[in-house]
Formats: sequence, C-alpha cells, structure tokens
Amino acid sequence: MNTTSAASPVLSVENLTVRLPAGGDRANAVTGLSLTVSPGEIVCVVGESGSGKSVTAHSVMGLLPKGQLTASEGRILLQGEDVLAASPARLRDLRGTRMAMIFQEPMTALNPVLTVGDQIDEVLRIHTPMDAAARRERVLGIMGAVRLPDPERMIDAYPHQLSGGQRQRIMIAQALVLDPALLIADEPTTALDVTTQAQILKLIAEMQARQNTGVLFITHDFGVVAEIADRVVVMQHGRVVEQGDRETVLRAPREAYTKMLIASVPGITPPERKPILGAVALETKNLSKTYGGGGVFSGKTRIVKAAVDVDLTVRRGETLGVVGESGSGKSTVARCIARLIEPSGGEIRIRGVDVAKMPERELRKHRRHVQIVFQDPYRSLNPRRTVGQSIMEGPMNFGTSKADALARARDLMGLVGLQPDSLDRYPHQFSGGQRQRICIARALAMEPEVLIADEAVSALDVSVQAQVLKLLDDVRRRFDLAVLFITHDLRVAAQICDRIMVMQNGSVVEEGATRAVFAAPKHPYTKALFEAAPGRDFGSQLTGDAAPDLG
Amino acid sequence: MWFFVLKRAASTLPVMLVVALVVFLMLRFTPGDPAVIIAGDQATSEQIARIRATLGLDLPLHEQFFTWMGQLLRGDLGVSIFTNLPVTTLIGQRLEPTLVLTATTILFSVLVAVPLGVLAAWKAGGWIDRFVMVFSVVGFSFPVFVLGYLLIYKFSLDLKWLPTQGYRSPFVDFQGFLRTITLPTITLGAIYIALVTRITRASVLEVLGEDYIRTARAKGQNERKVLFRHALKNAAVPIATVIGIGIALLIGGAVVTETVFNIPGLGRLVVDAILRRDYPVIQGLILVFSFTYILINMLIDIAYTVLDPRIRY
Amino acid sequence: MSAADIPALPARRTGALASFVLRRPFAAASALILILIVLAAVLAPWLGTVDPRKLNVLPRMRPPSDAAWFGSDQFGRDLYTRVVYGARVSLIVGFTVALISIVAGLTIGLVSGYLRRLDAIVMRIMDGLMAIPGILLAIGLVAVSGASMKTVIVAITIPEIPRVVRLVRSIVLTVREEPYVEAAISVGTRLPLILVRHILPNCIPPLIVQATYVAASAMLTEALLSFLGAGTPPEIPSWGNMMAEGRIFFPIAPWIVLIPGCALALTILSVNVLGDGLRDRLDPKIAKRM
Repeated sequence: MNTTSAASPVLSVENLTVRLPAGGDRANAVTGLSLTVSPGEIVCVVGESGSGKSVTAHSVMGLLPKGQLTASEGRILLQGEDVLAASPARLRDLRGTRMAMIFQEPMTALNPVLTVGDQIDEVLRIHTPMDAAARRERVLGIMGAVRLPDPERMIDAYPHQLSGGQRQRIMIAQALVLDPALLIADEPTTALDVTTQAQILKLIAEMQARQNTGVLFITHDFGVVAEIADRVVVMQHGRVVEQGDRETVLRAPREAYTKMLIASVPGITPPERKPILGAVALETKNLSKTYGGGGVFSGKTRIVKAAVDVDLTVRRGETLGVVGESGSGKSTVARCIARLIEPSGGEIRIRGVDVAKMPERELRKHRRHVQIVFQDPYRSLNPRRTVGQSIMEGPMNFGTSKADALARARDLMGLVGLQPDSLDRYPHQFSGGQRQRICIARALAMEPEVLIADEAVSALDVSVQAQVLKLLDDVRRRFDLAVLFITHDLRVAAQICDRIMVMQNGSVVEEGATRAVFAAPKHPYTKALFEAAPGRDFGSQLTGDAAPDLG
Repeated sequence: MWFFVLKRAASTLPVMLVVALVVFLMLRFTPGDPAVIIAGDQATSEQIARIRATLGLDLPLHEQFFTWMGQLLRGDLGVSIFTNLPVTTLIGQRLEPTLVLTATTILFSVLVAVPLGVLAAWKAGGWIDRFVMVFSVVGFSFPVFVLGYLLIYKFSLDLKWLPTQGYRSPFVDFQGFLRTITLPTITLGAIYIALVTRITRASVLEVLGEDYIRTARAKGQNERKVLFRHALKNAAVPIATVIGIGIALLIGGAVVTETVFNIPGLGRLVVDAILRRDYPVIQGLILVFSFTYILINMLIDIAYTVLDPRIRY
Repeated sequence: MSAADIPALPARRTGALASFVLRRPFAAASALILILIVLAAVLAPWLGTVDPRKLNVLPRMRPPSDAAWFGSDQFGRDLYTRVVYGARVSLIVGFTVALISIVAGLTIGLVSGYLRRLDAIVMRIMDGLMAIPGILLAIGLVAVSGASMKTVIVAITIPEIPRVVRLVRSIVLTVREEPYVEAAISVGTRLPLILVRHILPNCIPPLIVQATYVAASAMLTEALLSFLGAGTPPEIPSWGNMMAEGRIFFPIAPWIVLIPGCALALTILSVNVLGDGLRDRLDPKIAKRM
C-alpha cells in the first residue's frame, strides 16, 4: 500500500477555506487547508472535536449545510475537476460514481422505511441505464463482496432488522457499488463496538485495495490511525498542524500539539500495580436485572436478561473496571448499584448493608455513600441551576448548612482544578471537560465511599480525557475511594484499573488483576476483544509515576 | 400481524369504557337536578318525574349503571324525549349527509394539505412557506361559522354562483350534490387543512434533517426524489396520526357547518336536541361520535404497520 | 446570583424585547392588538357605548353608518356597544379556561408522569376524555347543568385538560431520564423537590405557549357553543350569542353576523400568532410537536 507518487492524485484539496456564519467563536471552520489523496492510498484526517475534519469531508462531497457553511476560497480537485465550481447537476452525477461517502452513525444513515437492497439499487437507478435484473445481480454481488451473510435473503431486509456492523457494510456496499475513485469515510467505526470496528476497518482496507480506491478517512482515534493510515493529516482549529506518513507522524511527531495528542492516548499495556487490600466497600452477590415479561400478553413479550448473577467486590482505594461492548450489561450493573433502577434479584452490600431491595425511604440515607458520574457532560448538570447549587444540593439534602455546603463546594472546585469563584456560573459557561470535573466535585461533596464512573470519559476528547482520568486517579487516592469504572475502552481500562471484569450478554466472563488479564486473557471473548483493539502497539502510560505531564 | 390487530382492538376497550363512564356520570354527578334542567323552566312536576323515569334517574345508582350498560351493549341508545323514537333510528335517518360531508372534507383537505406542507418544508423560510404558515394560523383562528357565512356572503349572495343552503344526496342528484357540498366542504376543511399542512411541514422538515437524507444526497439523488421518496415516506406516520386526531375537530366542525348550511345531518340533530332539551339524543350522539373516533384511530394505528416497517407489535 | 451578573440583566431584558419586536413583527403586532382589545373590554362603559341590553336605542337592522359605527340588530340594539362588551365574555372565558386547565393539567401531568402506578389509570381516563369531541362533551355538560358562564367555563375546561396533561407528561418522561435528574436522586433529593426543582422548570416555557393555544381554542368553543344555543345565557352579549341571534337575518342584514364574527376571528388570530411567536422564542423544540 505504498504511495505511488507517480500517479496523479484522486483528490487534491488546495488552500480550502470554509467560512462559519457570523457571530461564531471563530471566522472559519477550515482555514487554508491543503491535502491530497492518491489512488490506493488511505489518508487519515485526525483531530479533536471542532478541528474542522468533518467539515473538510463534507466540503469535498458538496454536502455542507446550505446557508450556514460556505467554501469561500481554494479548490477541491476530484481527478482534476473542481467540485466547488461544479453545477448542482454535475455534482449529483459525481456523487456515487466518482466519489462516495460513509458516515458515523449506521443506525441513522440508512432510510428506515426502504429495504437495504432498494437503497443500494437506488445508486444504480440514478447513475446507470441497467435493467432490473442486471441491477439485482450487481446488488447481490456487492453485498457478497462486503461479506454480508446470505445476500439473497438480506436484500429484502429493512435496516432495523440488521446489526450495526451489518448496516455499516450496507453503507459501504452502497458507496462502492459503482467503484468510485474516492471514498470518504467520516468516523465510520466510532459508533461501533470494538470487535465490529476491527471487522469494518479490515473490510475498508480490503475494498479499497480491490479497485485501488483513494480513501479520505476522518477519525479522532489514534488507534484507528495506527491501524489503517498510509498518511496522516493532523488538524486543530480548522488548520493543518502536521502531515506526513504514518510512521513519522506517530513515532516522531514534529509539532507540540501532535506530541501532546499522542501522549494523551492511553496505552494498551497496563502498568504494574500493587494489589489493594483495603476494607470491602461494595459487594454484590448474584445481582440480576431482567427487563420485559409481565403484562397481559406476557406470552409474547421478549424477556431481556440485562445482568445475570453478577458478583463483584470493590475495596477502598481500588479501581475495578467493568469492560464490555454495548448490551453487555455493564451500565445496568452500575445503575443497579446506584439504585437508579431496581435489581430483579441478588444483593448489593454497601458497608455491609444490603440495599438491593430497600424501599426509597430507607435507601435515602445510604445513597450518599455511593455516587455516580455519567457519560454525557452536557446533560449531567441542570442547565437552569448554577454549578454551586448543583454541588451544594446533596449536602444540604442531608442537613448541612448553606454556609458549610458553600465552603465545601469552594474547596472541591479548587480540588478538581476549577476556579472556586465560578460557583455562580451556569453549566453552559463551561467546556465538556470542565463540566465533568464539576460532576466529580458534586459526587465528592457527598463524601462517598464508592464512586461509580459510568463511561465518564468516553464523550471527551483525548487530551481532555487524559486530564480527567488523572483527576479520577488523584481523588481515588486522596479520599481512599472504591471506584467502579465502567468503560468500553480497553486502553482506558488498562491505564486506570487495578482489576478488571469483562462482561458479555449480561454475564461476567472473566475477572482478574488488570495486568494479568491483559497479559493472558483466558476466555475466548476476552481474547477476541483484545485482538480487536486497533493500533495495539501504540499509546502511552497515563497514570502513576511514568505518566507524561499534560498540564 | 393479526395478533397486533387483535391487541390493538382490545386496547380500545378501556378507552370506550372510560367514554361510557364519563357519559354516564355526566348526567348523574352534575350539581343540581338534571331532570329539572332538562325539563325547562315551565315544566310541571309530572313532566319532571316522567323525564326522570325516561332517563332512569329514579333507580339506585348501581342499578342505573347496570341497566344503562346493558342497553348500551345491546346497541340501545335509549329513546328520544321529544319524538319518542329510538335514538338509533333518529341517527340512522340523519347519517348519510354527515358521512358524505366528512368524507369529501377529508379527501379535499388531505389532497390540498399534504403537497402544500411538503412544499413549505422544502422551501422552508421562503415565500411559499410563509404563505402556508400564515394561511394555517388564519385557518386555525377563523371560527367555522364565520368562515361559512363569509363564503355564503361572497359566493351565494354576491356572486350567486352556488346555493346558500341545503343538501342533495350524490346518489340522487350528483350535480346538485356538487353544488351544495362545495361551500360546506371548504368551510369545514379550512381548519383541517391548517392542521394537516402544519404537521406535514413540521414532520417533513424534521425528516429532512435526518442522516439518511444526507446519505440520499451523497448518492447523487435529485431533490424531488429526496423529498417524496425519502422524506415524505418517513413523515407519513405523524401525518397519519394527526389526520386521525383531527377527526375530532371535524366532528365538532360538522355540527356547526350543518347548522350554517342547513344540512339535515347528525350535526343538525345535535342542535335540534339542544333546543328541545332532548338529552338522550345528545348522549347517544356523544357515544356514537366518540366510538367512531376511537375506531378510526385504531384503523390508522393498524395502517402504521404498512407505512413503517419498524412498527411490528 | 453573583454581583457581576445583576447589572447585566436589565440591559439584556430590554434588548430581548426590542429583538422580539424586530424579529417577530407579527407576534409583536398581535400582542399590541390584544392589549387594545383588553383595554376596550375593561373600559367599555367609557368608550361611547350605551346599555348593551337596551332595545330600540336605534332603528332596527340599520347597516353600519357614521352615526352607528357597526349598525343595529334586529331589536334595535347598538352593535358597536354589544361588540365591545362581547369582548369581555371571550377574554374572561379564554383567560379562565387557560389558567384552570394549565394548573390542573400541570399538577396531574407532573404527578402521573412520575408515579408509574397512577400513570396507567390517569392516562386511560385522559384517553377517554380525549376521545370525546370537545364541543360535544361541552354541549352535554351544559345540557345537564344549565346555561351559565360558570358551566360554560367548566364545560370548555374539561376537554382541554387532557391535552395539557399529555404535554406535561411527555416532558416529564423525557426529563426524568436526564442524567442531572438521576444525579439529584443519587444525592438524596426527595421526590417533591425533584419535581419542583428539576422537572417543573422544563415545563414552564411550553406551557406558556400552550396556554395561548388553550385560550384561543376556548374562545372559539365558547362562541361555537353560544352559536349552537348551548353556551353563554342569551341575555349576556357575547359574540357567539350575537351571531346566533342574527343568523336567520343573515341574507338581509349580514353585518349582524359578520361584525362580531370578524371581532372573534381577529382576537383568536392575535392570540394564535402571539402563541407562535412565543413558541419560536421560548422553545423551538415544541414546534416539532405541533
């Protein structure tokens, strides 16, 4: 897959500038961007949110939202033809035939009321004079090529009947059915589970090699970059920071920003950790949660076992990671322990007291010992209340005076690295990472013994993620907390957890010291999970003494 | 599929029961003596006693309920105080004009409203959109009878194009039917068109923001197909829902429209019953209209399974 | 609120008003028209009117002229006077129905949205009430309790409540899944406080908008009921009553029907346009639920 510099590029973006509507925080979404994609080459555009990487992809396809974003300068040459200057009709001709795009969300990118075969067929109907029989043949052919099982049957399926990975395969089939010269992939695996992601990445590489397609691959994930890229373009605030071939950029970055980004990526090799021998703070026995059943027509209702006989123990000062893909039941376990949902069976012992079936009235006084930090920093704080009110709410519920609660809130703001004076501000005045710090402060205000982090860093950019992980590790030590860390991200788990538990379909399949499990996974599912992690040999150590200083 | 139809049909039963209960309780739990109010100011005590007996108000409450429910289940809606005819007979005599009027109105409204709404959503912010939005607010605000009288004033009294009042059955005199039904249909349709246009615009606009619309454009699909093949098909469920819910508006509107245009339908029956204080007729009509509404909405729910493959209960 | 925020607020408020007027001129104009209608209703006796119930103050059925702006009706009553006084009925009905149905709907919706056991029963009752066409339900209620302003208001309010309940409930069901509500539960906030502190504020903007629609719909229903003879007692000059009485004279004296009809339409239109403006301003999301 080496770049053939002799061939003329499929895509050549020259000095592209895309203007933002007036009144934004900056004038341009993209400024003076230049890049090329050669035939058979995969170029990864990598950057954090707001870097302009997606806007670049949409500009090439001519899909920028009308009236909001406009390409004001530069040229985008697709096999020598400037798409910025093309008429709408010409642009429609090019889409699907010479350039095609796949998107992040396979769940929403397919039309739910049309069969998947019909949606692939649509491309042929638009761009070719083929008759129905020939088109069907072609559709079945491409469905086979993207390794969809039983195309004859699946051609008549609706998107909701397919899994996420299968839908993304349909998207790829639809994009590649007419063998375009350029494929644009906008975070195509971000919404997928890690095992599915590995398969889709493999498929993209395979498909592009087949017809020597040029691929412009947008991602935020350095693991994916390490896995798939020939060349890398690093973007920040709408500008290209650095570009070069994969090895150079990943191993020997020139720019400080690239260095910082790469240093923030958690490595997949866990650091050495001493076993923690503190008192048991949280223990569950046979914890189960079943959904469905009951009702008049119970015979037909599907019963979902979200968690089955989960046993876990977390000691004070210890971080237990619960790792799994979507639907594995890891969040269900977290929510049961926080008693946001009522478990169907089993015990949840907090400081020795079983709270699994405790009625709300009694439960209330136990709630303060278990606190939770959620995934989405934008929805975790009431937008209509100041962050001070949010932090003070809990202690005041339990009789702390307003003055004491305020003093404590000020201390905690300092502790999580924010200005104590900003307690009067509202959540929208903070960034995502800052809000997550506020949520941690709110949890700490209760003086809990158990802290549950439910995908607490998953929505954050990698540099911010590293800082929040460091904070979580700090507060664990300082307050001798028992931390239950729910995550789908193996790299994060490797860096922060003393022990990990792997869940699949509601059950625990493997458990042990993080280093031991990563070194020698026993269960086949755990092995598959680890093998699927992209860019395995890549990443840094984030916590402990060897961690880089990220300010 | 059939399981779903059965299940959906069964789910209408509690709603119908609640409707029946509300209607039953309405007469029994209003402050004051309904028999006195229904009999009117000049009534003698014998008349009041007779009304009380006709309505079954002289029995203990639980007996009243079981007698009443028993009659209802047999399809017996009671007897008119004024004409002494069974309410079902009276309804049967007046059914046709109302059915015809609502049918023409639904047909006319949907044919006008859906394309208008799609167009407005496509050109959101443009002049067509603005016109449609203004039209829909005005449609919502114009009382049916005011609109009816304005139309009569212009097209019947001033231009003398169409008759002011009356109804001809399409099965007897089709041309006469068209002449008499036009103004009532427009009158009754105005608010319904406003409603359906609005929801069509909103649903299509929402769907146009979906990812799969972007996908369709990324394939090189043209705007017309994006709009009708991808967007409208996805917006069909909320539109159908509102068409169903709007039937309630239509029933209320029909009562007034029939009064304005002097159409001898169920609406006139309601008005006559109000004037004659003929409570059994009012009660019977409330039940018939409500049950019709529930059944139509059940059919629309079942139709969802055709419109949207995701809906399989 | 910090000291730094306080001086900023008044400036922002006036700016908001100005931008509302500039960006939504129709809504602002509607607000102005409504204010004028309310003033006219309140100040009716001082606006060159006579006794609205007095017969033969003018020759019968005279068309609008300089002497009698809106003409006279079949009993020789002054139509201008009656139209101005008629505004009182519509406004009182609109305001009262909106207030009662919002308060009742909010309470029922909040509680039933949060207590699952109650929810099933309450929603079945609401479904049943919604299935009865509002006007017919009102006609039935008026028929058994006799015509009076109070009955009319109750009869119009009852069918409006389920719609408010549904709106509130849909908001509660969405908001209670928000992580910030779950966070409040975890820090031990009691249910009533969660409802008031975290959920209620999300209901207010859509309810303000809904209130305008309820008011418009209530005025419409009152007029319809009066027109059908099941509404406000005939001795009270309401726009619906005026139209009902003028109905048979329509071919010879159309103004008796059309003038109060247009007054009604204008009032309702203003309320609706104001409601749309408020909706766009307060909560763009409910635009989708319309």
